[in-house]
Amino acid sequence: MQISLTVNGASHALDVPANTLLVDIIREHLGLTGTHVGCDTSQCGACTVHMNGSAVKSCSILAGQADGAEITTIEGIGTPDDLHPMQAAFRECHALQCGFCTPGMIMRAIDLVEKSPDLSNQAVREGLEGNLCRCTGYHNIVKAVLLAADATRA
Amino acid sequence: MYQFNYHRPATLEEATRLFSEADDGFYLSGGQTLIPTLKQRLASPSDLIDLSGIEGMKGIEAGNGVVSIGAFTRHAEVAASGVIRETLPVLSALAGLIGDAQVRNMGTLGGSVANSDPAADYPAAVIGLGATVHTSSRTIAADDYFQDLFETALEPGEILTRIDFPVPDRAAYRKFPNPASRYAVAGVLVADFGGSIRVGVTGAGPCAFRATAMEEALSADLTPAVARAAEVPAGNFNSDLHASAEYRANLVRVMAERAVSDLLAE
Ligand SMILES: Cc1cc2nc3c(=O)[nH]c(=O)nc-3n(C[C@H](O)[C@H](O)[C@H](O)COP(=O)(O)OP(=O)(O)OC[C@H]3O[C@@H](n4cnc5c(N)ncnc54)[C@H](O)[C@@H]3O)c2cc1C
Ligand code: FES
Ligand code: FES
Repeated sequence: MQISLTVNGASHALDVPANTLLVDIIREHLGLTGTHVGCDTSQCGACTVHMNGSAVKSCSILAGQADGAEITTIEGIGTPDDLHPMQAAFRECHALQCGFCTPGMIMRAIDLVEKSPDLSNQAVREGLEGNLCRCTGYHNIVKAVLLAADATRA
Repeated sequence: MYQFNYHRPATLEEATRLFSEADDGFYLSGGQTLIPTLKQRLASPSDLIDLSGIEGMKGIEAGNGVVSIGAFTRHAEVAASGVIRETLPVLSALAGLIGDAQVRNMGTLGGSVANSDPAADYPAAVIGLGATVHTSSRTIAADDYFQDLFETALEPGEILTRIDFPVPDRAAYRKFPNPASRYAVAGVLVADFGGSIRVGVTGAGPCAFRATAMEEALSADLTPAVARAAEVPAGNFNSDLHASAEYRANLVRVMAERAVSDLLAE
């Protein structure tokens, strides 16, 4: 089927089988491999991207559902020289070990901070319910999100 | 995932026509249950009919003691809606407890209630508030809607379009979430309609149901202790690795006790 979508500001027109997942469009068709596939069963959040301004699991969205959408992936939020405040906070707080969950964590965390101005430690933990990390034990991730939230508010 | 044809109709008529023309059609709403099912190859539809383009299935309205919500309304929209938070706060709170943020950003009211997972949250509200389910061809009372495990009164091809929730004087929902999935191991919604109490239970049985003995006891004496002491027959309750039927029956009493406390504190 024919679909068109905007990814990180660039428009793309694609011809893909109807059973193509958004994450496969991002990784295989557009070569943006920063978005990871962890579980492939809608549980882990490693594949989280923004679709029309909200965090979604791109492994659980079909090509047709993404037709006409604006997508932002981890590649679209900052550059190595000019990190997004959330990326800078993750580096600052050592909020990653293997880094596999990190792109999804960061995309969800940005959405969380944008939508909930006053975040408590508990609210961050609940807000990251859909993202699993097998390395860090979450403490430093929560610290990083709170730091970035402060930086965004300041 | 098997191959299928994808359609996005603009009207209900077109959607039901596509369904009747398909060998094995499936409606697609938020996809948060259906897409994982397709990926596991537990279903192999010939045609997916995406309901996202149907204007009449969207929107939230309140008036005349009813909150009316289009089936294609995402959980996150219900959780954040000013109108619902104002008039039926129990429902926005319930929607905010479903799964996780990413699931709430895609999943819809209609998809959840059409699917009728035994552990889904919305069915407790449909039952507990005595909602009316509107479809492409008729209206169905909540008490007639849920029938068995993943089985509802919907006929093949019938589309759930909108749900009207009566606004109670006060209500509260409590669930014991599965710590991994957040689905309800047991969830209870208690609503007070002028002293007449309705209790909707999810998670415990094959589908959502009214705890009638508890309703009678609470209508006579609305206290947490009465909810805790009420009779909850565990006969057909689910037993799995998460909880036995007896444990679920006890959870229903405990969740009801807490819901009544919340409701009285309003
Ligand atoms: C990780 C995870 C955690 C979750 N946790 C919870 C939870 O805690 N509580 C909870 O309640 N749910 C939970 N869910 C399920 C979620 O709420 C789904 O969004 C919901 O069950 C289905 O809604 P949907 O819009 O995604 O429907 P879809 O997946 O698109 O459809 C579900 C089924 O309903 C049919 N259907 C859809 N819409 C209609 C309609 N309008 N008329 C007729 N048939 C229709 C479809 O054909 C399909 O068979 C979770 C899901 C995931 C992936
Ligand atoms: S890969 Fe999408 S949720 Fe795990
Ligand atoms: S840093 Fe390894 S999974 Fe999170």
